Amino acid sequence: MHDLTANTALGGAAPRVDHHGPVILSEEPGFALASVSARRDRQRATVLAIRRMIGPSAPKTGHWAGDRVTAFCTGPEQWILAAPYDSEEFLFERAKREVKGNASVTEQTGAWCTFDLRGTDLAAVMERLCPINMASFKAGSAIRSSIDHLSCFVLCRTKNHISIFGPRSSAVSLHHSLLTAIQAAF
Amino acid sequence: MSQINRLVGGQVDRDQTLNFTFDGKPYQGHAGDTLASALLANGVRLMARSFKYHRPRGVLTAGSEEPNAMFELRDGARREPNTRATTSELFDGLIAKSQNKIGSLSFDFMAINDQFSNFLTAGFYYKTFMWPAAFWEKVYEPIIRRAAGLGSISLQDDPDDYDRGFLHCDLLIIGAGPAGLAAALTAGRAGAQVILADEDFTLGGRLNSERLNFADQSGSDWAVQTLAELVGLPNVRVMARTTVLGAFDHGIYGALERVSDHLLQPAPGKPRQMLWRIYAKGSLLCAGATERPIAFENNDRPGIMLAGAMRSYANRWAVTPANEVAVFTNNDDGHRTATDLHAKGVSIAAVIDIRPDAPQSQHYEVIAGGQVINSRGRLGLKSIDIALPGGDIRRLSCGALGVSGGWNPNVHLTSHHRGRPEWMPKIAAFGPPAEGPAGLRIAGAAKGDLSTAGALRGGAEQAHGWLKDLGFTPTTLDLPETEDAHISITPFWAVKGCKRAWLDQQNDVTVKDVELAHKENFISVEHLKRYTTLGMATDQGKTSNMGGLAIMAELTGKAIPEVGTTIFRPPYTPTAIGAFAGRDQGKKFRPTRRTPSHVWAEEQGAVFVEVGMWLRAQWFPKEGETDWRQSVAREVLATRKSVGICDVTTLGKIDVQGADAAIFLNKIYCNGFAKLAIGKTRYGLMLREDGIAMDDGTAARLAADHFVVTTTTANAVSVFRHMEFARQCLWPNLDVQLISTTEAWAQYAVAGPNARQLLQKVVDPEFDLSNDSFPFMACANITVCGGLRARLFRISFSGELAYEIAVPTPYGDAMIRRLMQAGIEFDATPYGTEALGVMRIEKGHAAGSELNGTTTALNLGMARMVSKAKDSIGSTLSERSGLNGEDALKLVGLRPVNFSDPIPAGSHLMRKGDPVDAAHDQGYVTSACFSPNLGHAIALALVTSGDSRMGEILRLVSPLTGFDHDVEVVSAHFIDPEGERLRA
Repeated sequence: MHDLTANTALGGAAPRVDHHGPVILSEEPGFALASVSARRDRQRATVLAIRRMIGPSAPKTGHWAGDRVTAFCTGPEQWILAAPYDSEEFLFERAKREVKGNASVTEQTGAWCTFDLRGTDLAAVMERLCPINMASFKAGSAIRSSIDHLSCFVLCRTKNHISIFGPRSSAVSLHHSLLTAIQAAF
Repeated sequence: MSQINRLVGGQVDRDQTLNFTFDGKPYQGHAGDTLASALLANGVRLMARSFKYHRPRGVLTAGSEEPNAMFELRDGARREPNTRATTSELFDGLIAKSQNKIGSLSFDFMAINDQFSNFLTAGFYYKTFMWPAAFWEKVYEPIIRRAAGLGSISLQDDPDDYDRGFLHCDLLIIGAGPAGLAAALTAGRAGAQVILADEDFTLGGRLNSERLNFADQSGSDWAVQTLAELVGLPNVRVMARTTVLGAFDHGIYGALERVSDHLLQPAPGKPRQMLWRIYAKGSLLCAGATERPIAFENNDRPGIMLAGAMRSYANRWAVTPANEVAVFTNNDDGHRTATDLHAKGVSIAAVIDIRPDAPQSQHYEVIAGGQVINSRGRLGLKSIDIALPGGDIRRLSCGALGVSGGWNPNVHLTSHHRGRPEWMPKIAAFGPPAEGPAGLRIAGAAKGDLSTAGALRGGAEQAHGWLKDLGFTPTTLDLPETEDAHISITPFWAVKGCKRAWLDQQNDVTVKDVELAHKENFISVEHLKRYTTLGMATDQGKTSNMGGLAIMAELTGKAIPEVGTTIFRPPYTPTAIGAFAGRDQGKKFRPTRRTPSHVWAEEQGAVFVEVGMWLRAQWFPKEGETDWRQSVAREVLATRKSVGICDVTTLGKIDVQGADAAIFLNKIYCNGFAKLAIGKTRYGLMLREDGIAMDDGTAARLAADHFVVTTTTANAVSVFRHMEFARQCLWPNLDVQLISTTEAWAQYAVAGPNARQLLQKVVDPEFDLSNDSFPFMACANITVCGGLRARLFRISFSGELAYEIAVPTPYGDAMIRRLMQAGIEFDATPYGTEALGVMRIEKGHAAGSELNGTTTALNLGMARMVSKAKDSIGSTLSERSGLNGEDALKLVGLRPVNFSDPIPAGSHLMRKGDPVDAAHDQGYVTSACFSPNLGHAIALALVTSGDSRMGEILRLVSPLTGFDHDVEVVSAHFIDPEGERLRA
């Protein structure tokens, strides 16, 4: 077991949590992430491998699926797998084993920062951030969108819970954008 | 002064009294007032001075079309000029100042301009200020600039925030008057996602301005009731204080919401204004209509206003501009004003109707067939002169005159895709074009339906149609019965023979100016506009365009539709630039990227530099160092002496996987990669299709089907995009997958003679770092610090024995601390981008300054890298003869003959004795620095046939700075030219 300690994307030892009005904004560093991209003519086998890892169906464009291990679609025949880091630190290696050479797998754990928004009327926040149509953004939706020039994935967990994956190096900027939008909305 | 002109009734909240000042004088108004209505309530008619002649002006309208009553609102950094009093919601503490004057509002020294009106006609500045020519820049232009414009800005940073957002809807309804409300109710009840936007703070449009019966209630009560239902519907978003300012492509509309303009200052965290981008499946323009004036001599005195506006002030705001008013009209609508004001107890001096058959009244005098031909009153209207039908002139005392020349549909948004408004004879006005923006339909007065019932009906019907088209099942609205009168209008634009009769009050354009434009053959509507400035500035001619066109039609003997009209562009009303910028200003202009060692570097006192969006440590100053070069020299010397550590995370990293990954890279790079062994790294050069060098970096082969490509920091995104284009478009049949891992790995260069020893302290012992096991250009997946996965590359930018070690980014901070701790015994030194640059110049490595978009592999001394044994992007065009001449530029080193001389980057090189000009140019310096190892300046340069000119002395010149001294052409490799250090 190595003796290095990870820090959060915002640079702290513990994840930051902000409360404002009815919204809680929390940094969520606890994800192991791995990208899966089907190799040429191996989409079917890749989808089956993802199903083995997350559950009954691999998410299609614009969606995420799964339970403990989840996946969201990032492009044609491409997904990102997510799972609790504590128990799935080597998610990428597990994914490699599952896809059996039918897909390219890359560890992405350190590439992203994740922020969760919890609360009522999150649409009032999101409409200040990105052009997602919140009326049709239901639980299970996963959309790539630009938030203040940052390319992010936005996942609707439930009506009152949204996850945002953004580039880790810009976590401070993204956090600022999210907090500003929350404060403007409420 | 109390509110002497306040009437009974209205929609102001008399329980809330608001204090405000105008030109320093205190006044009071009520909640629900605009600044204009509050001033009128206080008996203030004189509100402004006109643009050119500095004529006294009052309020003309009651809406956003206002040309006159513009103020500087607020003070300090929040001061905003040219703000319309008619749309400024009154709040407690409002500070309003008049503008465009020298002296006081009632005694403006610049009013002398009015005495020289014969010299200040349309286009006067094209004809004057011609002589002497030398006076233009120093005398005339400053004077003109001083006189131009209206209000002045604070010249301080705007302290408020602006925001932007995105909305989606099935139906966007623009305008919440009778048509908009009926449409919204129809669509809202059908379950459609509806946005109802209106620029006013009280919705209802003219329903709030008229005394209308809607069955058993008033029109304004019906509006309140309807809005209450709409607000209660979860699928309807009612947006007050929101101006839809433009129709853009694909059903996208821009809308400005004035979130905090009705407050003294925005609440903490709240923006002043928000710019919304609205994505609408369908849209309905219910923007109503704007009343137009009639031109007559001196028709611009304070107290003369549009009749509909006078009615709005009386009915909505319970205000009259004077105790005794008159009305001048050419249509039935003007009579409503007299009726309504009379009902409020205001004395009606007379209604002057140009129509001989004008309807009569039992309550006040109606002068049928009469015309107002002049007005009197220096700072406000005192009387009007009326030409009676028999030819006599009658002078009539009155403090205000309502003028109604008919109504123009507000078709502005229908023109935003270049639709040209079409003439509607029935209402003598331009209506919407046959082909406006796709998906934009029109209802109500904006379509020319000027009756209230017609507007209700039109709104409901258009919404009904949209809903069916969008797949909804609408029900028919049970509309209340209300006024459905046919508007009788006799087109009448200007009293015959008038000269100083104002058409455009904002730009001081008179009938005489249009006549002058006609005389000088500026008869096209576009020329008329630009020559006279008719229809320009903040009101964009909403009350003036029609009058100008009508006068020009009469002068040219054409019908108005033959003369045509100009069209409208966004924004519908003036919009602050801050609103367009939104949050993207100052340090928030764009996001920043922080390296994994950022927090640690801050703790060390690093000086950061922006590289793209990255913040990189430039150098790490130590106590006692007074100059950045001292810090950089220390970092360079320490690295070459022992070991230095640099965060190189910012270099682009691209994961390339797939069965054809090697074939793919072989095509991307000009040098060979197909046979690169697993566990090896190779330097690679990418060419553009035209053969020019694009980017360089390394590719490490971690498995047969897995490479990690590195790019320069600046080109990380463009190289990834280039590779994706190649993968998807050029060779879609190759089995290759790409993903950026720049963010995923924290990567540190560990360079110097003790680099291996330092790394051995953190790399787990099962990995042998000896030269035999891990030689120069090796790469491997390893573990560090007891099992953390890592990647190790033995590559060197500095020319030293060097490695780059990568760990998952969350451990980047811990890793730099561990490396520094482990390096204490070696005096390990962190170094920044400046030291990095010095060391690469000392080593002769090309970087961004050399790969500058004009250089080829040949120029860079890498011609042999362009493989002839395979095809790759750019390889064929790199063989063009023009790029491969004998005299091609070659990368060389330079050192000063006199070692104390500097070598500035960008300087040019000349042969000794040659003239210093472009024809004799021998090349230029691309990169330069002071080498602490050599003790003098060194440089890299691109020199004509440079590789064969070693030892030649050239002149280093900079004609711009007067620089001129001798330098010697030497090898670009100043340090360790044999590469012994990096292979050690």
